[in-house]
This record gives sequence, structure tokens and C-alpha cells, in this order.
Amino acid sequence: MIVEETYDCRDSFADELVRLAHADSRIVAVCNDSVGSSKLGAFAKEFPDRLVNVGIAEQDMVGVGAGLANAGLVPFVCGAATFLTARALEQIKADVAYSLANVKLCGMSPGLSYGALGPTHHSTEDLSWLRAIADLPVVVPADPAQTRAAIRWAAGTDGPVFLRIGRFPVPDVSPPGDDPAFTYGRASRLREGEDATIVATGTMVSRALLAASLLAERGVSARVVNVSTVSPLDREEIAAAARQTRAVVTAEEAVPTGGLGAAVAEVVLATRPVPMRLLGPRTFAPTGDPEFLLEHFELTADGIARSALEVLGLDHS
Amino acid sequence: MTLTQATGELLLPDHEAIGAWRRLRDRLAHADRDTAAAALAALAGDIRRTVISTIAGAGLGHTGGDLSVTDILTTLYGAVLRIDPARPGWPDRDRLILSKGHCSVALYTTLTTCGYFPAERLRAFAAPMSPLNGHPSRRAVPGVETSTGPLGHGLPVGVGVAVGLRLRGSPARTVVVLGDGELQEGSNWEAAMTAAHRGLASLTAVVDRNGLQQGARTSDTNGLEPLADKWRAFGWEAVEVDGHDHLALLDALTAPRGDRPRCVIARTVKGRGVSFMEDRVEWHHKVPDAEQARLALEELR
Repeated sequence: MIVEETYDCRDSFADELVRLAHADSRIVAVCNDSVGSSKLGAFAKEFPDRLVNVGIAEQDMVGVGAGLANAGLVPFVCGAATFLTARALEQIKADVAYSLANVKLCGMSPGLSYGALGPTHHSTEDLSWLRAIADLPVVVPADPAQTRAAIRWAAGTDGPVFLRIGRFPVPDVSPPGDDPAFTYGRASRLREGEDATIVATGTMVSRALLAASLLAERGVSARVVNVSTVSPLDREEIAAAARQTRAVVTAEEAVPTGGLGAAVAEVVLATRPVPMRLLGPRTFAPTGDPEFLLEHFELTADGIARSALEVLGLDHS
Repeated sequence: MTLTQATGELLLPDHEAIGAWRRLRDRLAHADRDTAAAALAALAGDIRRTVISTIAGAGLGHTGGDLSVTDILTTLYGAVLRIDPARPGWPDRDRLILSKGHCSVALYTTLTTCGYFPAERLRAFAAPMSPLNGHPSRRAVPGVETSTGPLGHGLPVGVGVAVGLRLRGSPARTVVVLGDGELQEGSNWEAAMTAAHRGLASLTAVVDRNGLQQGARTSDTNGLEPLADKWRAFGWEAVEVDGHDHLALLDALTAPRGDRPRCVIARTVKGRGVSFMEDRVEWHHKVPDAEQARLALEELR
């Protein structure tokens, strides 16, 4: 068995941010005592004056980010996704999105990646909350190449952005030679298929590809779509899935009520309703490490494949 | 980026008003104190009258707070802030953030006296599709640095502006005007700590200390005193002044600075200038009817 190499996307984020900061003196980082967990150690060493650590104060952190943008800088505001989004949601709405402030919000270690630290530390609601805010792109890279490309795009775009930077180790999923690996607003079809479509984001993309391989063994042809811009959603790609395949399964490390699943369902419903299954945690997680929790919520290749068979009405025993 | 909000007709600079404002600034720069006080009092009177007619016309507004903050805004825009209303995006402009965004009518009116946009446009306040919303939007109103309305947002943004301007080597200053009631929001104190820790001497907070919040007196709701001591304990300079005395405000806003942020606690009266509104909690967002507006304008003459 070949064991694939996997990566913590925070490392790609940190590395790319330092590279960009060398080229653009307007780039600054803001954090909430999260130099270590946001992987800002190298940035702090290279640009000590350009790191604003406000301490454990997320509302202040996001407001400060908006202020730095007002002063003409390009702030990357970094904190654990759950604290950044839950604690400072009103600042994200009013100071960043409604004010059209040029702030790059970086939600680190999202989803279930804090494992046994428990639901207080899991960021599973962020996609729902942020997708509801107008003019706030919600970007979820699936691997290191996408992470780097998404940060480059964010740095070069004038306006608010939320980047969800994964911690759970993932393999490369971007097709070699795909450049740029991330295009804002565009979903990428990683595998063709006619029977069902698996729409996945972030951590779940590699698992969706594995699920499609499992389904192929059962004679089921599954398309795999990587949604790296959750908001605004690539409606054309989702509409094509609804028109061209007979079922849609979504998978995300977030609550599907309002997250990717709900976003996809809106388009499917408006295009050609087909049976769907929305995978994602729907309860507070029990205790366990991240791998266990993903299994618990059926967020595995097996779980996705099983859901696809069920939703196609095929026996999966 | 596609914007999802329509903001109606653009607000463009009023060059005639800009000229008048520049002449006022020049005159004040060389005036003796009595002349300066008289000029600022006249400007404040104009603003108060426009506030009353705008709110009465629109049937919406926060009359009491608008009248308590008027002299603060008049002093800042009339004599303190280094701004260029013809270039609202000038990188080295001083920044004014009205954290108590519900007092938008006082801000909008003051902005028209500087010429950011024509005073006639105030008639569209709160009208369908108007850029002049109940709370100021950065998207729609030139001179508005950040959209405010939810309380406790202005000071963190002001801290970020001050940090950013210092990083860029800009001499510009940052002023955040806060309501007293909104100091109950914890975000202010997060920002106060950051400002002191970073020695933001270019940052000034002005508290419109009118003693009333929406539902009752601050002292009967969640008391703030000793307020100056709180700011000092957080590492700020703090001074208390009569918030309707333009020269006292001017002195507090322009006195030489050390290495700390400064808080000016401006003791004010909610509804200032209209006898039947003064210090009355119900005038927080009560709108004068035609007769009350007539009486108010008479008193403000």
C-alpha cells in the first residue's frame, strides 16, 4: 500500500505569507496570541514591526485589522477559526464586510481539527455564518498548492476575504500543472462521472476522490467537484452536476445546514432537483481525535461512497 | 468585486461649501480666543438647527445624542482635524471615527459644513435609496471612515488606524468619538489596552458623557464612574472638560502629547440647546413633531 504524503496547510500559508510580505511592504499580520498556532513565527522574526499581536481579544483584533486597512495596509488577521468567527462575527460583518475593508481574515485550524479539545474549539459553524454575509468571499483551499494560490489571490484583491486554512493533514489534490491552483469563484472538476456528483471542500476533497475510486469498483461513475470558493458559489458547475448526474452528495468539515451542503442544495433545487445527501457534523462532536471524529460523522471515503450508493438507491451491503 | 448593496446617487463634494470651510479654518487659525469661540458657537448653532429640521423631516433620528455631540464634532471639524474634504481618501488625512453611529445626523450635517457633500442632500436622510442611512456607511458617505452602528466598534478600528499610520510614517492623527453608554461594551476595553500597550500618542478618544443611554441613566444601568480613573488605569491620559465649551474642547484636543493615548471626557447634556429635550431620556430617539420642531428651532435661534 502506498502511503501518500500529507501536509498541514498552515505551513504553506505561513511560508507564502512571508514570501508575499517581502514583495509588498503593505502586508501586515494581526493575531490573537496565536503566533504559534497561526504559524506566524517566521513572519514575526522577519517583520517584527509588521506583526500586531493584540493578545486574547478577537473583537479588537478584527477591528484593528479594519483600521490597518483604512490606513492603507493589507492586514492578514489570523486566529483559530472558531474564535475569529464566533467571537468577532459582528466586527466581521460591520467593520470588514459592510465597510468593504481590505482585510484578509484567516481562520486557522477549522472544522474538527482540534479533536479532543472538544466542541468549544471546533469551528463547524463558520461556513454557515460567513456565507450569510454579503460581499465576503469565503475561500477554503483543499491542499498546499491551493492554499498558496488563494493567499496570493487574496493579497492582490482589494476587498474583504475569509480564508479557511486547514490543519488536518491533507494530500495534494490539485492536478499537476494546474496553474493557478485556485481561481476565485470557480469550482474545479477533479474527476469526471455520470451517475453521481460528490461536491467537497477543504479536507474532504481528497476523501471524495478516494470515494469515487471505491464507487468505480462498484461500477458507479462519480464526478468529484472541489469547491474552493464556498461563497460566492460556482453555480454553473453545480447546475451542471444537477443536470448531468442523478444524485449529489456534499461533504464538508462543517455543519451542512447553511454551509456548503445548503449552498449546493439551493442551486440543485433551482436547476433540476435530484436526490441529495449532505454530509457534515450535525451535532456537537463527542470526544475523540480528529480522525475519529471524521469517521464518527461519516466524513471518510467509505462514508461518502456509502452515501452516494444510498442516494442512488443502490444496495450497499 | 460585485457589490450587493445599491446606495443610490453618489455624494459629491460641494466646492462652494469647501471654500467657506477653508476660509473659516484660516480665520480660526489666526483668531483670538473670543473670536474663535464665537465662530465655533455660530457653526454649532447652524448644525443644531439643521439636525432638528433633518430629523423632523425624515421622521427618524437620535435627537438627544445628536445635540449632545454637536459641539464635539463642531470643534473637531471646525478647528482641529487636518482634512481635505475635496479628497476624502487623502492618505495623510486625520481620521474621525464616530463610534456612536446612531448620531449620524450630527455627523452628516457637520460633513456638509466642510463640503464633503451638499447640505441639500440631507433632505434625503433615511429616504428610500438614499446614501444617508440611519447609521453612517463607509460605502456611501465620503468622510465616513468605517461603518458604525453596533456599539463598541469604533475604538478597535481607531487603534488599527493609528498603528497603521505610524507604520507608514504618516503624521496623521486619529480621533474616535464614543458614547458613554457604549463603554459598557467590552470591546472598548480590549482596544484601550492595545492602545496603551502600543503607546499610541496619536490616538484620541472623546467620550460624549451625557449620562443617558437608550433606556435610562448610565448610573442606573451599569455605572461607569470613576470613568477618568478607569482610562488612567488602562494606561491613558484622561482629562475632563465641559463638552459644550468649544475652547475647552479645543485645548484638550490640541494640548501637547506625551507617549500615551488621550481620553477627553466631554461632560455634555443630552438634547443640549432645546429646553424640553435637555437631559430627558425619552429624547434618545424621539422625533420632534412639527410644533416641537418649531419650538426647538426658535430656542436654537
